[in-house]
Parts: sequence; C-alpha cells; structure tokens
Amino acid sequence: MERSVIIAGFGGQGVILAGKILAQAGMEHGLEVTWLPSYGPEMRGGTANCTVVLSDAPVGSPIVDAPTDLIAMNLPSLDKFEPIVLPDGTIVANKSLIDRPVQRSDVHAHFVDVHPLAEQAGSARAINMVALGAYVKATGIVPIDVVKRAMADMLTAGGKEKFIAMNEKALDAGYNAI
Amino acid sequence: MEERKLMRGNEVIAEAAIRAGCQCYFAYPITPQAELLEHMAKNMPRLGRTFVQAESELGAINMVYGAAAAGVRAMTSSSSPGISLKQEGISYIAGANLPAVIVNMMRGGPGLGDIAPAQGDYFQATKGGGHGDYHMIVLAPSTVPEAGELTMLAFDLADKYRTPVMILADGMLGQMMEPVALPDPIDPASLPKKEWALTGAKGRDPNIILSFDLDPEVLKRMNLELQRKYHDIEQNELRYEEYQTDDADIVIAAYGTVARIAKTVVRMARADGIKLGLFRPITLWPFPYDKLRTVADRVDTILTVEMSAGQMWEDVRLAVAERAHTPFYGEMGGVVTTPNKILSEVKKYAG
Amino acid sequence: MPVNTENMIKVFGRPKSMTDVRSTYCPGCHHGILTRIIAQTIDELGIADRTVTIAPVGCAVFAYLWYKCDAVQASHGRASAVATGIKRANPKLIVLSYQGDGDFASIGTAESIHAANRGENITVIFVNNQVYGMTGGEMAPTTLIGQRTTTTPAGRDPGYFGYPIRFSELIATLDAPVYVTRQALYDTRRIMDAEKAIKKAFTYQVEGKGYSLVEVLSTCPTNWHMSPVDANRHVTEVVTKAFPLGDMVDRG
Repeated sequence: MERSVIIAGFGGQGVILAGKILAQAGMEHGLEVTWLPSYGPEMRGGTANCTVVLSDAPVGSPIVDAPTDLIAMNLPSLDKFEPIVLPDGTIVANKSLIDRPVQRSDVHAHFVDVHPLAEQAGSARAINMVALGAYVKATGIVPIDVVKRAMADMLTAGGKEKFIAMNEKALDAGYNAI
Repeated sequence: MEERKLMRGNEVIAEAAIRAGCQCYFAYPITPQAELLEHMAKNMPRLGRTFVQAESELGAINMVYGAAAAGVRAMTSSSSPGISLKQEGISYIAGANLPAVIVNMMRGGPGLGDIAPAQGDYFQATKGGGHGDYHMIVLAPSTVPEAGELTMLAFDLADKYRTPVMILADGMLGQMMEPVALPDPIDPASLPKKEWALTGAKGRDPNIILSFDLDPEVLKRMNLELQRKYHDIEQNELRYEEYQTDDADIVIAAYGTVARIAKTVVRMARADGIKLGLFRPITLWPFPYDKLRTVADRVDTILTVEMSAGQMWEDVRLAVAERAHTPFYGEMGGVVTTPNKILSEVKKYAG
Repeated sequence: MPVNTENMIKVFGRPKSMTDVRSTYCPGCHHGILTRIIAQTIDELGIADRTVTIAPVGCAVFAYLWYKCDAVQASHGRASAVATGIKRANPKLIVLSYQGDGDFASIGTAESIHAANRGENITVIFVNNQVYGMTGGEMAPTTLIGQRTTTTPAGRDPGYFGYPIRFSELIATLDAPVYVTRQALYDTRRIMDAEKAIKKAFTYQVEGKGYSLVEVLSTCPTNWHMSPVDANRHVTEVVTKAFPLGDMVDRG
C-alpha cells in the first residue's frame, strides 16, 4: 500500500499544515511517510503545495509525478494537478472556490463546501481541516481519531492548544460531509 | 532511542549534532538551511553550549577552527555560495589536522543561483574546494533519518582522523519531513580527551596548532602524513548501498535525494520487466571505486543520475573503466528530477 | 679572571613565559619589544598555563614561537574569529589575538569589527607599522598620505588609494569594547605606558570584563628604508600625528 497526495491551494489556506498533520497521523498510525513542501517541477504556477507519501514500506521518492490523490483548495490547483492524478485516485475539491466539475471520469471526486463548514466549526481558517477530514473519509488512509490526535499533538507542540477543539469540529465536519 | 518524531532534515541534522556532543556551532544565515541555524539558536544556549551567528561565512568557519583547536566538537552549516566562502578555512582545518563538521545543503548554482535543490557542489566537496593537497570525508545522506545517523558519524570520524567532515545534502532533504528516532545524547565529557588541543600549557609543553612550515622538506613531510591519513580513511571508511544489483542488467549510480528517487524507479522498472538496480555511494570521498567496479563487471550499463551537469559521473567512469556503458542523465539549476523522468532515461538503455 | 656572581643581584632577565627562540624580526623593529612586554605581562598575571596566543599572517606569523603557551596560527585576517571560537569553546583560557595592520584592518575588517562588537572577552594587540612587511613593503590600510611603498611608488594619493584608516577610533565607536587604546614604543616613557596598557587589557580579560584592543605603533626600518634611529624618529614626529596616542575607551 502506498498513497501519495498533493495538497494545493493559495498561500494562507493552510495546505502546508494540513499536509504535516496528515504525515504526522500516518506516522502515528505506524506508516512510513514523507512530507515535502513545494519543490521541483510542480512549484511553478503560483500555488502553495506539499506532497505527502504514506506507505507500509520505506518511502523511495518523496516527489511524485503522478499522485494517487489530490486535495485542491482552489481552481488553479485543480487545473494544474487534476490531469496527473492516477486513475482510480481521489480528488477532494473546495466547492466554495471551484465552479467547475472534475473533468476526469476515472477518479473519485468529492466537492466539499469547506468555507461554511469551517465557519460553523468556529473559524474560516479551519478550511484545511475540513478538507483533510473529507480526504480521510474518502480514502480511509488513516482513522479520523488518529488524525485528530496528530492535529492535537502538532498544535500542542506549537503552543496553540486553544485551537484544538475547533479544529476537531472542522475535521468532523469534513469527515461527515462525504 | 526515542520514539519516532516527524522532523525536517535541517532540524534532524541540528539535533543530531547536539546529541553527538557538538559544543560550539557558528553559522551565517542562508536558504535553504535556515531551520538548522534556528534549531541551534533555540537549543544550544539552553544546554549551556555555544551558538554564535557569525558576521560572515569566513567568520563562522574560522570560529569553528578556533573551537576545534580548543578541543571541543564544533560545526558550521551553510548552502552552496556560503560553502564557497568557507573554502580557505576548510583547507586550514585540514592542514592543521583539526576535527570539524561542515554541512552543505546544496542549492542551484553557479553564482547566486537559486534556492532550489541541486548537486552542483560535488567537485568542490570531493576534490578539494580549497587550496592544497587535502581531502575531507564527504557523507551524503539520502533520507532524513540517515541525515541524523551520518551527522553523528561525522563527529566520530572527524575526531578519529582529526579531519574536516562534510555532510553533503541538498535543499530538498533539508526541507522535507520524515519520521526519525534519534539516538540518546552523548555526554561531551565522556568523549576521549584530546591531548593535542589548546587547553593551556599546564604541566606540559605548549601545544602548537599549525598548517604551515616555510621549510619545503618539512611541509612535504606534513603532506605525506596527511596522505597516509587519507589512505587509512580510504581503507576503513568506505560506505555505500547496493539495491537490487544482484541480477541487474542496468544499474543507476546516484547519491543523496536522487538515489532515493531512483529507488522508486527501480521498483517501477522491475514492474515493467526491466532488471534495474541502484548503487548509492554514501561516502563521496572516499569514493567506493572498487565496489562499483565489481558491479560494472556484472552489468551492461551504469547510468549516472545527478542534479548536476555530471560531476560524480567522472568518478563513476573512473571506477567503471569501460567495463560497462556509462551514460549520464542530469538536471540542473534547481530542477528536481522525478521518477518518471529517470524511468524514461532507463528505458533508453533497456533491452 | 673569572667573575664572581655570588653576590650579584639579578635586575633584568628574560620573562619566564618567553622562549629563547631567536627572533625572526628585523633589527630596529618594535615587534621584539612588544613580544617581551606581552611575556612580562603573562608572567606578572601568572596566566602562562592558560594563555592561548593566535599568530596571524604577516611578520608575526611565527608569534607562536615566542611564548611558552599554547598557540595556533590563523588564516589571514581571521585571528579575531579564531579567538572567538577558542574563547567560546573554553572561557577559562586567556586569548591573545596578535595581528598586524593588513591582517586586522584590511583583509580581516569584518572579523575584527564584529569580534569587538560582540564584546568577546579577548585581548587584541594590533601592530600598526603602515606597511606590509612580510610581502615586501606594499601599501597597508594605515599607510600615510604621501608614503611611498612598492604599490604606491609615487606616494599614497588619497584621491586614488583612500586615506590611512584609523581603525582603533572606528572600534572605539562601538558600545561593547571595554578598553581601546593606542600606544607606541619609541622611547622608555612610551614603553612604560605600553606596558601599563597591555597589563590593563589582559587584566580586564582575566576579570571577565570583555574586549580590549591595544594598538601599538611600530617601526619598519626595512620597508621604510630608514635606519632604526631614523625610523624611531619618524614614529615620534610623523606617525603619531596621523595616529595620536592615548586611550579612546576605558570602561573597566
């Protein structure tokens, strides 16, 4: 089993942190993981992105030409990365900002209205957690409880414990949106 | 050993240095190794150790020279243009037989280049970037955990041979995160005493640390001593990894992050029925010439892949000595190669 | 007739921390006097067994030979950075960075200023003889206006080569240094003043007070093409006009 996901969006949408939390969760779940911030050929195009590889064997390349999955937080990210997702892969897309359907018919596409869900959870800034919750549900890559624990661990390490409850709600909102 | 933690390559190198008993760290900020500097800034003073943000790369490497002469484990880190500035100091450290660790998180060059990952400093690192007949041990990690292991090893080798040791990695390894379980810290007080160090001439003759003598015959003898040391290192410290080379028809020769990308290519190629293997030097100096030559005797093609115009390629060709085909594929300027790009190169030579 | 030394009192001798290695300096050069003053100071403070001297590149490249102390030779201009490394690695050591004008005030400008600005607890002795002695008499950063050197054969034209740099004055503008002074060695009074200044500089370091800089004007009869006597007179009458003597900072 090896999955790779590109998480992409505008700077400020929290894609880098979402990737770190996913990697942390994968590690806590006993998987081998790599997390790579935007580097290489995919760095052009004005989007912030990171690549997370999760595997039950040691990870070779942290760079992927063709990810199994994509979390697209804006239209440029979907335009850019939709064509390279592997067949049978998963795309989670931000319905709040993307007004076109996924054109591929050989992938599993999920549109999530992340903005209202994040606001209901307590902060518009939690859109990344909504998207991550949805991704975890769509792929089953790691249990949502492990993701919550990883998120709590990371926020605690950064001295931001007060945001844990809100982010848990956001993860649940995304998880339940699919 | 601790539990696995998700850490950046730069942080792991810094933390491994601390656990190896590094007492003094001096550096000047440069991308892409800023996290290394920041980890040291945060943690060294807390441990009662020295962190100085130097006025320049020259300042930093010469502070390392001083601290190493005073007998403590010392380190500096930088990225390509900054490492160029340190070359005179590295030559002095080598000439004066001092142990020191230097980290180079390579970026695109020449000149100011860019801040993206590259491997264009292989010649500089392995062939003596500074003046004079010297070498330093060059260790090339390909994963974040290995960066930690090799950093700890670097301090041991530096002390063992009284020589500079370089960790040569690229910006990608510095920036990426992987789970790492670091070994327990070494107590610096438990390290063997350095009788040659500048600790004050109390009850003994003065210790003098020099890299020069104006008498050519004496300097020649000093050089011969260095060469003997390098011979010992070549005999004892070669490190490399072979991955699925036993039945291979084609072998990729690559180091650092490129080598781990190539590991994925080996799996992809084998799924396509191509018998591909990987030869990964871990010590770039000394280079495992003999080991690569025995691989060359078994295979048709050794494809060198680097993020450079073909620097390690020269050592590969020296090793292979026309026993196999030695094509090259490289990217430059901070463009990172990918599994598919390498695979399509491999396919040119398959079958 | 054999001399009976039994009842004689020794009034002068080689300092204990000074070796009997033959000097490499030219006759009439002040490095020798300075070397002796430093050794005498090390004796008086009883710090020979914890002093580390740093030899620069320049005429003083052999400075590690003169003292019965641990020593290291540094690359050109970097002695103050090397001193920083040593002192930070082992604060119990007394660190002397001995540098010439080319080393300290030209190629090592950045290291010199920043070691001072960090207030490193070290002593720098900066020998200013307005010329590159070891390489054959080229222009130094401190070469006087009009002074002929092998690279200013028509004399230093400030419009072309810039002015002699008063580096100690520059260091004296910083907040960190505890002691910055300029001394000379052209007569006994000046030598006694210099002894006091050097002792003060080392004492401040022993007391952990911080950075001290003692600039010492020296002759260079060889490259000035003067007799030692004329060179001494030149320091007295000409050099001290461009580089006035005295303390600039004393925060001890």
